[in-house]
Amino acid sequence: MKAAVLVFPGSNCDRDLAVACRNAGMQVNMVWHKDSTLPEGTDLVAIPGGFSFGDYLRCGAIAARSPITRAVIEHANRGGFVLGICNGFQVLTETGLLPGALMRNAGIKFICKTLDLIVETSDSAFTAGYRKGQRIAIPVAHHDGNYTASDDLVARLRDEDRIAFTYAENPNGSTADIAGVLSENRRVLGMMPHPERMAEAAHGGTDGAAMFRSLADAMASA
Amino acid sequence: MKARVHVMLKDGVLDPQGEAVRHALGTLGFEGVEGVRQGKVIELDLAESDAGKAKEAVTEMCEKLLANTVIESYSVELV
Repeated sequence: MKAAVLVFPGSNCDRDLAVACRNAGMQVNMVWHKDSTLPEGTDLVAIPGGFSFGDYLRCGAIAARSPITRAVIEHANRGGFVLGICNGFQVLTETGLLPGALMRNAGIKFICKTLDLIVETSDSAFTAGYRKGQRIAIPVAHHDGNYTASDDLVARLRDEDRIAFTYAENPNGSTADIAGVLSENRRVLGMMPHPERMAEAAHGGTDGAAMFRSLADAMASA
Repeated sequence: MKARVHVMLKDGVLDPQGEAVRHALGTLGFEGVEGVRQGKVIELDLAESDAGKAKEAVTEMCEKLLANTVIESYSVELV
């Protein structure tokens, strides 16, 4: 059960994400963006939140072209697990591993608060610990979380049951209230909210912990 | 040779920043501004002196990095 947490200049949720993975029983390696290979036996690549490369050009754009990201794309193409949270989600859309794009929040402002999400599918290693339709409280902290997708793409995501989470109340203008999406093989998840910030009692809630537990279970049985 | 790349959100993609600018212009009393779209300009200094090759290279740069073609369109101008 090996997780690799990527670290870019400007990542700031990398340690929190590592703690959440470790608490779920995973062995965690921190991997610097200039590395071109993942540690041997990596099951999960976790891409943290933050402001990689200062959000220069577009959020996640430079990180998506880093040496390590090429290895992440190969890992995903081999069927490995990839979790991108917040800036990590932006990186995943920039690589093309997940469809759509994340734009400036419709209300222009940075949003930092705990919101209710609705679990839209329990059919993935990330969401198997939740019930479909369950409401969970998870914090968001982003300026560019407005998920933008064409009507065709939204229809396809719905048909293929690839919308992982929606917002109970849309905070940022995201198309179809989407907060997180899965890849076609259901092994790559990108989401704007931060489950690692709601994963132990001291955080004020533990609704995020189930994601790391169910991921660890899936990794153990793989 | 220099190249100038204009990157704009595609038509039909809502531009929240452009909307905020439009709203602020209205607040300042500028009437009749029916739409504002905000984009970016990127200038490149190129070693290449052949215009055709330069344009081809910059187009590839746009596709691979400078624009996110999911939501943005671009144009390349050699100057």
